[in-house]
Amino acid sequence: MPADPPAHPVTSGAPVVALSGVGKTFANGVVALERLDLDVRPGELVSLLGPSGCGKSTVLRIIAGLSEPSTGTIAWPPAAAAGPRRIGFVFQEPTLMPWATVAGNVRLPLKLAGLAPTAPARVDAALARVGLTGFAQSYPRELSGGMRMRASIARALVTEPQLLLMDEPFAALDEITRFRLNNDLLALWQSLGKTVVFVTHSVFESVYLSQRVIVMTPRPGRVFAELAIDAPYPRDERFRTSADYAGYCRTVSEALRGAMGEEG
Amino acid sequence: MRSPPTDRLLRALLPIAVLALGVTLWEEVVRLYAIPPYVLPGPELVFSTVISDWAVLSASLIVTLTTTLEGFALAVVGGVGLAVLFNQSRLIEYSLYPYAVILQVTPIVAVAPLLLIYLPQPAAVLACAWIVAFFPVLANTTLGLNSVDHNLADLFRLYGATRLQVLWELKLPAALPYILGGLKIAGGLSLIGAVVAEIAAGSAGAGSGLAYRIAESGYRLNIPRMFAALLLLSVAGVVIFFSLSLLSHLLLRRWHESAIVREM
Repeated sequence: MPADPPAHPVTSGAPVVALSGVGKTFANGVVALERLDLDVRPGELVSLLGPSGCGKSTVLRIIAGLSEPSTGTIAWPPAAAAGPRRIGFVFQEPTLMPWATVAGNVRLPLKLAGLAPTAPARVDAALARVGLTGFAQSYPRELSGGMRMRASIARALVTEPQLLLMDEPFAALDEITRFRLNNDLLALWQSLGKTVVFVTHSVFESVYLSQRVIVMTPRPGRVFAELAIDAPYPRDERFRTSADYAGYCRTVSEALRGAMGEEG
Repeated sequence: MRSPPTDRLLRALLPIAVLALGVTLWEEVVRLYAIPPYVLPGPELVFSTVISDWAVLSASLIVTLTTTLEGFALAVVGGVGLAVLFNQSRLIEYSLYPYAVILQVTPIVAVAPLLLIYLPQPAAVLACAWIVAFFPVLANTTLGLNSVDHNLADLFRLYGATRLQVLWELKLPAALPYILGGLKIAGGLSLIGAVVAEIAAGSAGAGSGLAYRIAESGYRLNIPRMFAALLLLSVAGVVIFFSLSLLSHLLLRRWHESAIVREM
């Protein structure tokens, strides 16, 4: 953690990316998303919360350009639209290449972009950020689940993306590891000033991490409610056990129940 | 649960014990019933024939091994090459795959005499070794190239990887365990292909491979030499198999599940 974390400003201004009226219907007829509007503001940490199958992951895939929306538009600010988009993506699984070392995995985005000459220093820096210094030459199978996820985050950060998309990255980890990675993610977010879109199905995780929780309805996925979590950063175990936290969790849980109830 | 060193010792000692038992039994039966060597030579006579006929047999061994290794090398190049081509172009795959299957399912024993009519004998023998060996490489490589982790494939897409990068950095490494599995099968099969063609060429051929020696010794009722040649073929097959297993182990031991010894 940084010694002196700056108070993170809730930035306003033009959105980093704006989805409007986005719908996605898969070839098999499943309507994953319908008329979804979402503005991601620069520098914010926003969570998409919903039950599985509500299209949260599809939203991330559309933002990442891995999936095309069937209807609606996705708008980038002019500056970002011009060049190649710098996006980091963290999947639910660590998704590391088992045949490559941790350093090899983290180097991959630079290698694919033809940035190999600057790689060693940037790889070292990315590994240091997630606390994996000393594991550069390890293979993924030699690491614990939490460390693999750290390697995956280091890989997402190595290209210095403006926007970090995280698809339930800690869902498969045990609670102790998840809490620690939650704290580490907050520290990274505060020190690096990235915009983070975090997908989760955990009310508690979304409240703990985010400035904004967007509750989605299942089938078809739409925004049901948007709740601001106004607790100050840095957040730590004191926040996790506070009455404020419990109150936010109750509000978000009720919204989620409402979203599920709307399903019928 | 046995400790690993004991287990390894047993794995080495038990087959040797079985071999010793079998050879002793064979020797005793031949001696006890006074079986003449032109019916069944004892193991001692077979070994001494290997030594006394070494000049002839070693020359034949080299001929057969050369054909086998050449056939194997062509099978690897052809199998992996064709699989990559199929992977890159569906039209080529649709056009050619059925013929690869036909080549595989037509018994090589029936094809060999035809090849011997149209090709000079060394080429025909080589062709046989290639035909039987290439399909497992093709089939396994195809399976491996299609077994890429979908999330990893998405990651490569996200970072704008070229087709060549996807092939070289993702598909071929992911397929490596499958390719090596194919090679293990192909090594033994190319020996079989070479032997089948030599036998088919028979006395008409000008070749002097080990299989030809077996056929020739059969006509001359030189049964000990038949056994000696058979023994050498067997040893050649075993050496090929273990060489390929070793190669596979060396390439996979750092990362692949198949090479990991788990502590219970």
